[in-house]
Amino acid sequence: MTDYQEYLDFLYTALESKNERKLTLSETTTLVGDIGLSSLEVMEFIEKIEDHFDISIPLNILPDVNTIGELAQKVRELNF
Amino acid sequence: MLFDKFQSMADFQASLAEQEVAPFGAVTEEILSASEGVVQGRKVILAGTNNYLGLSYDPRCIKAAQDAAQRWGTGTTGSRLANGSFAEHQALEEEIAEFYGVNHAIVFSTGYAATMGMCSTLAGPGDVILMDGDSHASIYAGVKLSGAEVIRFKHSDPEDLAKRMRRLGDRAAGQALIIAEGIYSMLGDVAPLQEIAAVKREYGGYLLVDEAHSMGVLGDSGRGAAQAAGVEADVDFSVGTFSKSLGAIGGFCVSPHAELEAIRFCITAYIFTASSSPSVIASTRESLRIISQEPQLRKKLWDNANRLYNGLKSLGLPVGPTASPVVAVAMDDRSATIDCWKALMDAGVYVNLVVPPASPSTNFLLRNSVSAAHSREQIDTIIAAYSGLKDAGLINPSQAA
Repeated sequence: MTDYQEYLDFLYTALESKNERKLTLSETTTLVGDIGLSSLEVMEFIEKIEDHFDISIPLNILPDVNTIGELAQKVRELNF
Repeated sequence: MLFDKFQSMADFQASLAEQEVAPFGAVTEEILSASEGVVQGRKVILAGTNNYLGLSYDPRCIKAAQDAAQRWGTGTTGSRLANGSFAEHQALEEEIAEFYGVNHAIVFSTGYAATMGMCSTLAGPGDVILMDGDSHASIYAGVKLSGAEVIRFKHSDPEDLAKRMRRLGDRAAGQALIIAEGIYSMLGDVAPLQEIAAVKREYGGYLLVDEAHSMGVLGDSGRGAAQAAGVEADVDFSVGTFSKSLGAIGGFCVSPHAELEAIRFCITAYIFTASSSPSVIASTRESLRIISQEPQLRKKLWDNANRLYNGLKSLGLPVGPTASPVVAVAMDDRSATIDCWKALMDAGVYVNLVVPPASPSTNFLLRNSVSAAHSREQIDTIIAAYSGLKDAGLINPSQAA
């Protein structure tokens, strides 16, 4: 199993092209509020993660995911 | 504040209200025929109605509704499980099952209730739903209520579906419910049901197809996209509506599985609502008889669909990959799309204006739906109205989405 930090690092890298506000990304950065992803961009980002780790991320978990840290944790759980 | 989240919508609606005509909830003041009406003071060709076979105004259906109202009264005032099951409802269930060549059917009060009800009930906690990403709002509403794990696959992408079925491992065979539509309502594209059915055959699971926009439109006897694709044997549940090609309102689910009779008693959208008025059921029965016996209606529909599609395509407008009774012109700017919609109204053509999230992706759509009731001249008038948009500089094919 990959370490939590590796998931975080992957998410930071994958989000860089969408980081138009040039924020310093951290575990507490929110995807919608801080980075400003639209709902369509969130879904595209989720698909990118799914393909990379060969997992399916259920829609059910999305309401509980606001920050990059929360997403990394969920992906880690799903990739067990 | 409770109301804060509605402010942006209130602002948008206020900006539309300042304009001379309103695209959302436009009031139809008079219906002149299945293809013409008076909308906001303008006599227009109705080219955004989903009235694919024109049966909403068929004299035989109107007569059936009148006779039923006379005989049964205006409403059932109750649920199908209480006092709301009349002989009409039972007869329609038998007839729709027979139309699909299966033994089990449930009739719902609306199409929304049918898809929402089935999607919320079939799969539950511990089960997995794999749904097309561009699914209708009633499907999204249903799966959210289901308690099942919900996984989205890329729109009409059987390879993505297969990948996700593979990831489920042993759970795929017994607990996965795949949900796709026949014709997608906004762009008119047809689902690749042969390939989706092949994925189901490989991995197992169950398949539900929403034929809302394809029933009466596709297939040798009008059963929809699964019939046209030759994969009806792979479909576990077909869901549809009476409010499009059948010209009334209501919905259905048909299935070869005897379990549907038990499932019926678990669907809250079926139990806790009044059943359809007998007049609605009677006109639907008549429409179903007509689409079974008059395949020429489907031919007329497709002749008109091809004529409009080819006409708009030859104007250089972005209309989607293949002809379909839904012909949508994709635009990338909201105010330009609204201007075009108004100009079409002025030219005597009513179409649907579609904005996100109802439209897939971030596009704005001028959505035309074709009817067998349209004359060739009316189709040509619609094409001429779009040509007028080009001439007026309101739409530029190179700038359209």
